[in-house]
Amino acid sequence: MADVKRSPWLLHYDAASCNGCDIEVLAALTPVYDAERLGVVNTGDPMQADILLVTGGINDQCAPVVKQLYDQMPRPKVVVAVGVCACTGGVFKDTYNIHGGVDTCIPVDIYVPGCAARPQAIIDGIVKAVELFQKRSDEHDALVKARKNGGSGNA
Amino acid sequence: MRSVISVICYIFLAPLIGGYLAGFDRKISARMQRRIGPPVRQAFFDVNKLWHKQVIAVNRAQSMMLASYLIMMIFTGCMLFAGTDLLMTFFVLSTSSTFLYFASVITSSPCSTIGGNRELLQMMAYEPSVLLTCVGFYLACGSFNVRDIISGDVSMIVYLPGVFIAFVFILTIKMRKSPFDLSASEHAHQELVQGIATEMGSRNLALFKVTEWYENVFLLAVVALFIINRHPWSWVLAVVVAVIVWFFEILVDNASARMKWQKMLEITWIVTLLSAGVNLFVLMLIF
Repeated sequence: MADVKRSPWLLHYDAASCNGCDIEVLAALTPVYDAERLGVVNTGDPMQADILLVTGGINDQCAPVVKQLYDQMPRPKVVVAVGVCACTGGVFKDTYNIHGGVDTCIPVDIYVPGCAARPQAIIDGIVKAVELFQKRSDEHDALVKARKNGGSGNA
Repeated sequence: MRSVISVICYIFLAPLIGGYLAGFDRKISARMQRRIGPPVRQAFFDVNKLWHKQVIAVNRAQSMMLASYLIMMIFTGCMLFAGTDLLMTFFVLSTSSTFLYFASVITSSPCSTIGGNRELLQMMAYEPSVLLTCVGFYLACGSFNVRDIISGDVSMIVYLPGVFIAFVFILTIKMRKSPFDLSASEHAHQELVQGIATEMGSRNLALFKVTEWYENVFLLAVVALFIINRHPWSWVLAVVVAVIVWFFEILVDNASARMKWQKMLEITWIVTLLSAGVNLFVLMLIF
């Protein structure tokens, strides 16, 4: 089983966020919090990402983008919703243009609440996501192995 | 026998050394920014993870191109460490870069294609300096053979200080460091997503990373070539100089912002002409 939890690469997408959470996500990479010490890389490329970090609620315009980003990420992958808007829609929940949280569009694994979410909370969410990523990676490896032995299918 | 041993050492030790260099690179960069930074083995963790992810490729030929890039790069290093013709070694190096270019444009993704085109521009910028380095070695010791270059009485840097400066200058481009990291546009200030590596995921990216490790070790070996002579202590000095040059590249990387490609071409050619060109001119007058 591969030790993948030492190298979680993030893809950060700003859905319909007010930028409050986005600034806190970037703050997590500054010297005070330094998420890179956990091996985190803030990559802008879905093909290289393991964890999708979404901030803000989902509206008509960004829903297909979030879906596409999720589809472009290779398995195993984990989705983290950062901030209360990404979790439930927040204060915009009942407005006409917001569908709701990120889970109205793609499956979400970890919810990080807050308005805006604190960098400590975001890093805590990432650490939880990393554990899940390791678990999924182990399952993925087992699946690939089983399929190889079975002789058919492609993982 | 000695060349066989050094070739085998290169094939097996270069990824190890290159991986640790990449790890220390990130660690030292982080310390320069007053961060703790990732562990020094981070580069190995990254490649290990990439190897275990699902393979998604826009074009399957990309894997073949990247495998060719890796093989040609290993071959380049083997030629240098076997002590053969330096000029031929650099020609093979250019061939491996061409495979990287094809791997980036074959996907027809805009970011990747622009990255690939910028890679060609970078080649245009650094190739004159690389060729002048070879010519400089020939003028100084009368042979293109690495074996002859390292068995001289004095280090080549004595004859080729200008060429050395030009070569260290283009190392910034070859190692994809700021201000010349145009094709990859890595780190947080990404303008082309990941540039040339945008469409490389999982195993393809792992191949790309490992090839970069081989390449960095090869480039530092060429730096060492300027120092090594027939005295055994020069090997120690060569390692020290290579490490200093490598540290200098990290410092430049952290202290500068990305340039436009026009400026890169201009500056690189001016430095090559003034530094290496004048050096060669003086050598031709002397010898």
